[in-house]
Amino acid sequence: MKRNRNVGITGVGQSVFSSHREEVNQPEMIHEAVAEALDQSGLRIDDIDCVVHGNMELFEMVHQPDLWHSIATGAYGKETLRVTTGGTTGTTLACAADHLVSSGLHDVVLAIGLEKLQEGHATGGITNMADPLWGRQLQTGALTGMAAAELIAEFGAERARRASMKYRIIMDQHAMKNRKAHRRLRLQLDQMDDLAANSPALVGELRMIHMCSQSDGACALIFASEEKAKQFCKQPAWIKDHITVHREEMFCLFGDEPYLATHRYAAEKLYKRNGIKDPRKEIDVFEMYDPSSWWGVQWLRDFLLLEGDEHFKMVENGDIAIDGAFPVNPSGGVIASNPIGATAMVRVAEAALQIMGKAGDHQVPKEVKQALASGFGGTMWTVLFLLTRDVPR
Amino acid sequence: MARRVAICAVAQTTYQRSKWDQRFQGMALDVVESLQQQTGLDFSQHRESGMSISVSDDVFDARTISDNPMTDVLGAHFGCEEKVAQEGAQALYYGLAAIQSGHVDVVLVLGHCKESQAASRNMVTHVAFDPFYTRPVGLDFCAAAGLQAQAYAARSGIGDEHLAKVVVRARENAVKNPLTPEVVKVSREEVLSSPMLADPIRELHAYPVSDGAVGMILAAEERAKNITKRPVWINGVGNCMDSFFFGDRDLASNFALKKAAAIAYKRAGITEPRTAFDVIELSDQYAYQQPMWAEGLGICDEGGGPAWIHAGGPERSNVNLSGGMLAGNPLILGGLVRAAEAALQLMGKAGERQVRKARTALAHGVMGPAGQFHTVAVLERG
Repeated sequence: MKRNRNVGITGVGQSVFSSHREEVNQPEMIHEAVAEALDQSGLRIDDIDCVVHGNMELFEMVHQPDLWHSIATGAYGKETLRVTTGGTTGTTLACAADHLVSSGLHDVVLAIGLEKLQEGHATGGITNMADPLWGRQLQTGALTGMAAAELIAEFGAERARRASMKYRIIMDQHAMKNRKAHRRLRLQLDQMDDLAANSPALVGELRMIHMCSQSDGACALIFASEEKAKQFCKQPAWIKDHITVHREEMFCLFGDEPYLATHRYAAEKLYKRNGIKDPRKEIDVFEMYDPSSWWGVQWLRDFLLLEGDEHFKMVENGDIAIDGAFPVNPSGGVIASNPIGATAMVRVAEAALQIMGKAGDHQVPKEVKQALASGFGGTMWTVLFLLTRDVPR
Repeated sequence: MARRVAICAVAQTTYQRSKWDQRFQGMALDVVESLQQQTGLDFSQHRESGMSISVSDDVFDARTISDNPMTDVLGAHFGCEEKVAQEGAQALYYGLAAIQSGHVDVVLVLGHCKESQAASRNMVTHVAFDPFYTRPVGLDFCAAAGLQAQAYAARSGIGDEHLAKVVVRARENAVKNPLTPEVVKVSREEVLSSPMLADPIRELHAYPVSDGAVGMILAAEERAKNITKRPVWINGVGNCMDSFFFGDRDLASNFALKKAAAIAYKRAGITEPRTAFDVIELSDQYAYQQPMWAEGLGICDEGGGPAWIHAGGPERSNVNLSGGMLAGNPLILGGLVRAAEAALQLMGKAGERQVRKARTALAHGVMGPAGQFHTVAVLERG
C-alpha cells in the first residue's frame, strides 16, 4: 500500500466487556477505554487532534450518538469523523484513523468503537439489516447453521463437531488469561462431549456454546505519525497495510461465485502486495473476527490460503493455541467478547498489544514481528489489517 | 506535502417531499449512472474507483448497516465501501484524507436519504438526545433550534421581519433551481402569519422534509486532469464539535462553527473570509441560521446578522443562490448538497443561478442539536 507517511498505534484502551454493564452508561463506558488508551501513550486529551467514532445506531437506538458521546470521547473543540460499516466498523475506524494521520491532516487521532448491546436487541437489530422485501423473512440475525452444515458435509459429522468444539475450548482457555473478556467459562477439553450434547441448539448444528456473545464494551486506539509515535512509546505497532473487501447483499447478483470468497480474495491480495508467501510462517499471531467456533475453523482455511484439511489439523494439533505454532486469538476472540461496533477494533487492538509486548497474561510466548487482524460484517464483508514491529519501508 | 484533491464530477437527483416510486438504491443508481456517464470511469470489480464512501443514516433508513444494500449500486462488490454516518460534507473530509494518505486515487462519494419514510423527522432527532436528562424533556432538533434562535435573537436583536426576508429570498432562488421543483414562492405576509413551530421558528422558517441523493467523484491531482477539464480543488476542510448539554454551551456563541471555519481557512490559506468567496452555500435548516452562521463564518460582523440581512448582504455575497437548505434537502446531506452546488458554480454548470466567473466557494454543513457540530469546505476552480 502506498502511503504518504507512516502511522503507528501507540495506545490501546478497552473497557471491561460484559453482558450487562449496568453500572455505567454509554459515555462512562467509553471513558474507560479512552482513559486507558491515553494513559498508555502518556497523553492527555488535549494532545489529540481528531476523534473518530463508530457504532451501529439501531442497536441502542441513539441517532448520531457521537453527539451525546462527545462528553466522554473528548471530541469537544476538536475535529471528528463518524464512520460505520456494520460488523467491520471497528476495522474501518482503524482504516479511517490511518487515512487521517497518513494524509498529514492530523498527527494524533483517537478512534473509538463501542456497543452496549444490553440496551437493545442484537439479533433483532441484525435482522433489520436485511432487505425488507427480499431478505428479512429469511434472516436469523447473525445466527446461521451454514458453516456447520458445510464443514460436516466436507469432513464428516464426527470430525467437524470435535474440531469446532476443540476450537471453542481453546478460545475459552485464552479468554481465561484475559481479565477483560466477557465469557470466561473455565472449559476443559474433557467437557467436549457433554457440551456438544447439552448446550442449547440455535440453528441447525450451531449451539449456544459455539456462538459469540453479545457484550457491552468500548475500545479506543491512538494513531500517531511516525515522528510522534516514536516520542509516545518505545515500540509502536506500525501499520503495514489494510484491505477492505465488501460484497453485495444477496449473494447471487454476480453469478454463482462462492459466497465466502471475500476472505480468500482479501488475503491473497494483501499477501501478494506485501510479499508474504507463507502466511503461517511470516505472521506471528492472528486476531480473527470469529463469530462462531464453526466459522473460526472454516475461515482459517480462507485467511491462511490453506487447502484440504490443513485448517482442521491446525485445530486438532493445537497449533492455534497461545503457545502453539500459529496462535489465533490469544485474547479469547469474538466468541468471548463481542460489543459489535468495538469488536473488529478489538482485533486490531489485540494484534497491536502483541506487537507492543503489552498483552499481559495473554502475551504470546515468542517475539511478534508481524500480526494480522481481521474484521467481519455485513454480508460476508472482510477487512484485513497488517501490523509490524519494524517501521514499514 | 500531500497531493491535491479535486471534485471531478457532481450528480444529484431532485429533492422532493416524497419519492414514493423509488427505493434509496434507485435514487442512488440514478446518481451513479450520471457520474459514470460524465467521467467514463469504470465501476466494475477491478474498477478505477479505489473506494466508495456512502453517506446515510441507519435511523432514517430504518436499516441496520444502511450501506449494506449499497455495495452493488456503488460498484463496490469485492471492493472498499465505507459509510460516513455523520453530516454529509464529512464524506469530503474523509475522501480527502483517503486520497492524501496515498492509499487510493479515486473516490466515489454518494449520499442518500428518504426522510419521507419516517413518520416524523422530529421522532428521529429526538433519539439523538441522551435517555436520562434531555430525552425525557421531549427535545428534538427543531425544539433545540428554537432555544438557539431565542438566544440568538436576544443577543443580536433579529426579529420576525428579518426572518421573513430570508425565507422569501430563499424561495425566490429555489424556484430558479431545477433540483427543487416543488418549492413555490411565498410572500412576506405569508411567512409572518405562518404557524409557530418552536418560538420564534415558524413553519415557513423550517426546511421541508425531503428525499434525494447526491454524488461526486473525487480524485488525486494527477488523475483528476484525465477525468475532467474543470476540476474543483478542495483547498481546505475543517470541522468542530461543541459540548452536548445545553447547560455547558453558549447557544448564541457559534463556538464550533468559528473553530471549524478557522481550521478550514487555515488549511486553505484564507485570511479575509468576507472577500474570499465568490459563492457561499450554507446549511440554513431554519431561517435564523442564515445570518447566525454567516456571523460564525466571518462573512458578516459579529452580532451584525440582522443588519446584514436588512442590507441585502446575502445577495451581495452570493449566499445560497440555490435556495439553500430552506429549499429542501435531507438533514444528513445538507453540507454535501451545499458542496455539490458550490462545485457546480465553480464548474460553470449552475444554469440560471450561475455566478459569472466564480472562482472560489465555501460550503457548510451542520449537524446535531442547535448546531453542535459544524463542517466547512473551501473550494476553488481549477
